[in-house]
Amino acid sequence: MSKILIVAEHAEGKLNGGVAKTVAAAKGVGGEIHVAVFAADAAAVAEQAAKLDGVTKVLAVNNAANANPVAAVLAPQIVEVASGGYTHVFVPGTTFGKDLAPRIAAKLDVQQVSDVMAVHGPNSFDRPIYAGNAITTVETPAGTVVATVRLASFQAVGAGGSASVETVSVGAAVPTHTRYVKLEAQKSERPDLQSAARVVSGGRALGSSENFKVIFDFADKIGAGVGASRAAVDSGYVPNDMQVGQTGKIIAPELYFAVGISGAIQHLAGIKDARTIVAINKDPEAPIFEVADIGLVGDLFQVVPELTGKV
Amino acid sequence: MKALVSVKRVVDYNVRIQVKSDGSGVVTDGVKHSMNPFDEIAMEEAVRLKEKGKVTEIVAVTIGGAKNEETLRTALAFGADRAIHVKEEGEVQPLTAAKAFAAVLKKEEAKLFLAGKQAIDDDANQTGQMVAALLDIAQATFASKVEIDGDKATVTREIDAGLETLEVDLPAVITTDLRLNEPRYLKLPDIMKAKKKPIEAVSFADLGVTPAAGLKTTKTVPPPARSKGIMVKTTDELVEALKSKGLL
Ligand SMILES: Cc1cc2nc3c(=O)[nH]c(=O)nc-3n(C[C@H](O)[C@H](O)[C@H](O)COP(=O)(O)OP(=O)(O)OC[C@H]3O[C@@H](n4cnc5c(N)ncnc54)[C@H](O)[C@@H]3O)c2cc1C
Repeated sequence: MSKILIVAEHAEGKLNGGVAKTVAAAKGVGGEIHVAVFAADAAAVAEQAAKLDGVTKVLAVNNAANANPVAAVLAPQIVEVASGGYTHVFVPGTTFGKDLAPRIAAKLDVQQVSDVMAVHGPNSFDRPIYAGNAITTVETPAGTVVATVRLASFQAVGAGGSASVETVSVGAAVPTHTRYVKLEAQKSERPDLQSAARVVSGGRALGSSENFKVIFDFADKIGAGVGASRAAVDSGYVPNDMQVGQTGKIIAPELYFAVGISGAIQHLAGIKDARTIVAINKDPEAPIFEVADIGLVGDLFQVVPELTGKV
Repeated sequence: MKALVSVKRVVDYNVRIQVKSDGSGVVTDGVKHSMNPFDEIAMEEAVRLKEKGKVTEIVAVTIGGAKNEETLRTALAFGADRAIHVKEEGEVQPLTAAKAFAAVLKKEEAKLFLAGKQAIDDDANQTGQMVAALLDIAQATFASKVEIDGDKATVTREIDAGLETLEVDLPAVITTDLRLNEPRYLKLPDIMKAKKKPIEAVSFADLGVTPAAGLKTTKTVPPPARSKGIMVKTTDELVEALKSKGLL
């Protein structure tokens, strides 16, 4: 039977929403599901993880070195825990997980499965390649299965569980060659891009950060999160954490507005799971219209304020 | 200080990928290939560090068949001093690639391993981290800013929450994100000069690398197609369409 270890991502005492989706992927494998929380003081996060449906045990690993998530510091501790009979190590497919998982896999001497989007069994998974323009089914060889989970492909499990929490001590020596300095986080009152039911994204066409106001105003009116194309981020209109796409965030909102975005394959890679895509673009030939469920050809500076007034 | 930069030959990012109808993979024959865009950024960063006097020698390394020489020539045109071609035909998965790069890094005694954060073919985003793990050295992934100061590097990373800064001791692995720099346009004289720069061929056996057991791909299919959408003419029609779908 499978025994799955999920590494909890968390910040400021809060469990990351991606963990509940990672548990959903683990449930597809079946077997025991344990969540390990590495922190300076893991108690609060462990308690949240214990509530996730399907989790059978939570392991709390307290260590001052775990105050900030540094892959090089976490990996040896995870490898030690994973050596306790685990068949799988699953990590959310966030920047946290993408940074960390290969460090675990290499230490366990196994290839890693990146961006699991469907689970066919303990050793068979679907994953995207070429910016999601092809989906492969892969089978893992013998050994521990280390995988990151593509969060947009799974629905979060509920929080009605009550797993036991066990404090474990880990002896692995942690390196000091990698030191956390600081995090400049964007504080936003808007819904989080990765879990928002509605997202409005702006592209290069916005032309400036001031002009992005039309996007923010519309988003606020409909309670949406705000995203952007790479071109808009590169041009400095909005910060990097708003980029949607192959190399930004992969999102799955109910409703997505692509405003002044041409629809490059790298951008589309981030919105393949959006339920309904609305495109607003002045160019009727823009590729975004090939994937849009509803398209409107027009000047965004006229169309978007008009919409804001009408919804 | 020596920097090692890994470069991969991939299907060009502008190509529309075709999946073979028998499910055996994607069509790569006869389509344009180029250097993985993130690796270009890694090359550019190495060259800038050399221009700033932080790096004294740049060695480019690739793993793959004969055609990968093109990619190495591109790296040499960027400004690599020499190149190493790990000759292997067929698919090389990240852990195996990482073992080869780790062996080269050790042999070359390079202080910096620069790599793209992911290759745009398999989108794995693993190799750099694996090299760091195998050598038990520091890693700073998804870099948007790199500053070298003596035997330390300060790296700003693009993460989901914003921008994170790490300080790492060298040797270290740094993987590049899109906004680290804008790769230069290669000029003809540099391309000509690159033709004369040395490329050393080595094999996995030379490096003492045994390929790790790989993932087996059993099927490759196109993503589910989206159903054809509708066009509306006015914002009123748009609001109406959204309401009728229960979305507003
Ligand atoms: C390795 C790699 C990774 C990448 N990763 C990503 C990624 O993660 N995410 C991403 O988004 N991109 C990514 N890109 C970049 C991608 O290829 C495109 O360059 C980018 O998405 C273009 O952004 P855009 O659509 O905003 O700009 P453009 O392509 O310039 O499109 C602007 C659009 O706005 C329209 N427009 C202009 N004015 C108006 C107006 N007044 N009203 C209405 N419409 C107007 C134009 O018709 C045009 O369609 C990546 C590229 C590479 C090479």
